[in-house]
Amino acid sequence: MDPFVINLVIFVLAIALGVEVITKVPSTLHTPLMSGSNAISGITIVGALLASFSETFFAIGVFLGFLAVIFATFNVVGGYVVTNRMLEMFKGKDSK
Amino acid sequence: MILQTIHATQPTLTLAMQKADWLGLTYLLAAVLFYLGLKMLSKVSTARRGNMVSALGMLVAIAATFFQISGGQWVSLVWIGIAMLIGTGAGAVLALRVPMTGMPEMVALLNGCGGIASLLVACGDYLNKFNAESQINGVVASVDILQYAGWDVLLATGLATLIGGLTFTGSLVAYAKLAGSKFIPDAPVQFAGQKVLIAVLLIGSLALAGVLIAQPHAWYVLVIVSLLALILGILLVIGIGGADMPVVIALLNSYSGIAASMAGFVLNNSALIITGALVGASGLILTNIMCKAMNRSLMNVLFGGVGGAVAGGGKGPEGEARAFSIEDASIILDAARSVIIVPGYGMAVAQAQHAVKEFAQQLESRSIEVKYAIHPVAGRMPGHMNVLLAEADVPYEQLLDLEQVNPQFEQADVALVIGANDVTNPAARHDTASPIYGMPILDVDKARTVFVIKRSMNPGFAGIQNELYFKENTGMIFGDAKKVVSDLSTELAAN
Repeated sequence: MDPFVINLVIFVLAIALGVEVITKVPSTLHTPLMSGSNAISGITIVGALLASFSETFFAIGVFLGFLAVIFATFNVVGGYVVTNRMLEMFKGKDSK
Repeated sequence: MILQTIHATQPTLTLAMQKADWLGLTYLLAAVLFYLGLKMLSKVSTARRGNMVSALGMLVAIAATFFQISGGQWVSLVWIGIAMLIGTGAGAVLALRVPMTGMPEMVALLNGCGGIASLLVACGDYLNKFNAESQINGVVASVDILQYAGWDVLLATGLATLIGGLTFTGSLVAYAKLAGSKFIPDAPVQFAGQKVLIAVLLIGSLALAGVLIAQPHAWYVLVIVSLLALILGILLVIGIGGADMPVVIALLNSYSGIAASMAGFVLNNSALIITGALVGASGLILTNIMCKAMNRSLMNVLFGGVGGAVAGGGKGPEGEARAFSIEDASIILDAARSVIIVPGYGMAVAQAQHAVKEFAQQLESRSIEVKYAIHPVAGRMPGHMNVLLAEADVPYEQLLDLEQVNPQFEQADVALVIGANDVTNPAARHDTASPIYGMPILDVDKARTVFVIKRSMNPGFAGIQNELYFKENTGMIFGDAKKVVSDLSTELAAN
């Protein structure tokens, strides 16, 4: 099978999975869910790392890759840290 | 992915195949960890561990990528290290310092960074394809592998650039609106032909992506797509008012995921495709929840421009609002047995969450039952009120959502509305001419007494006067939310 077809199948199935996972999230968690899933979308860091690495040093493409690494790392680190900070505060009656 | 295929033709083919298999499996592991993390994030008891699990997934994915690029030039690795240090430093400092009231801005900023990263990845990878150096049979040669790029890869490059770019500027505009920038007003900015312009730019950039497929080497086409995407992002968000930001932020969150997914198509990397799709779907679900909570379609939110002076319709309620003093209000509160607090954006602006918690404790010390009613779109992002009250140590069991709390207002002695407006307007139930007609609201007017803490009688965000203020059982307490709530606590304590 063509890699594109395989990728498209993966994409569609992953969307279905995402819909399934998130549908029953309580409104209490909407913000951490958003910042948490936002950190996950920083996965583009993988692409950034791949683009920054090239045997031809120093091409424009590699430079864009470095910029992408900065933004994606910011997205990943900022997202996870801020989500953790928020979730730390969610306490029930029992845990007090 | 052709670039990798060429790498893989190095010395022994079988060994290279094994490396690729390991990589694929490691990326799959990362994707599974993300899935589990997201699943755990949707329950309060497991949410924090879920975030850790998903962070572990990210670590696995990054480690796998380093494994993939290992053996490369150390100079690139040094630069990559520096780039990661900058991103980590900036991300950690901001994430640790941002106050909880600044969370909507923070989320907008993170969305934007994810978007621009995907744009840069797509464009960077495209440019790298012009002159990829590769060892073929031991000879180093510069190869133009762009000519081998399929239509699917080129299309994905265009789409990742388009979606990533508009996510970036759209998020920046949202950030400016949320942060109360002087240059970009909170109210929707609309001009004649805006929708047409947006449609033209959108179709134009898609057409240009098509041109790229036909002319893979026309790099300037990608530059134009980038510029159009950046303009599109601004146009799309600038026309949306501040109170509709929960929808916008959820939608931009979804876009940033889809952009990452498209970058995955460019790189033929399943980790990016799966993960981006998961995020894209979760953002869409949230968007849908927010739209339903306002009884509006996504199109209406994006292009309706609700919140300007243009909105109106229906004749305003008539009558006179009754102002209550702190003393009078506290006497009624003292006599109550159950109080439902209804927080809104006004509480966030006044940073009154801690004062509200102290006030609630004051009531509880008098064995008055306290609950909080949270409307899904109260505030400026999904779950905004929940985060602020959690910061003030309010147990989440006391926070009730729309369906849970509405039947309880009838039994409540006092409903205390703190800086919430349109989500409490009874006109949404019966006035078909009202712009918010049909929106599910909190039935605060059914409580025996309603107190509304508000700065002035200015109409709310939707530009309509709230008929709640003119009801017989409603008393207005004018002033800054934080000051009024603290004064009420002091007054109660003095009795």
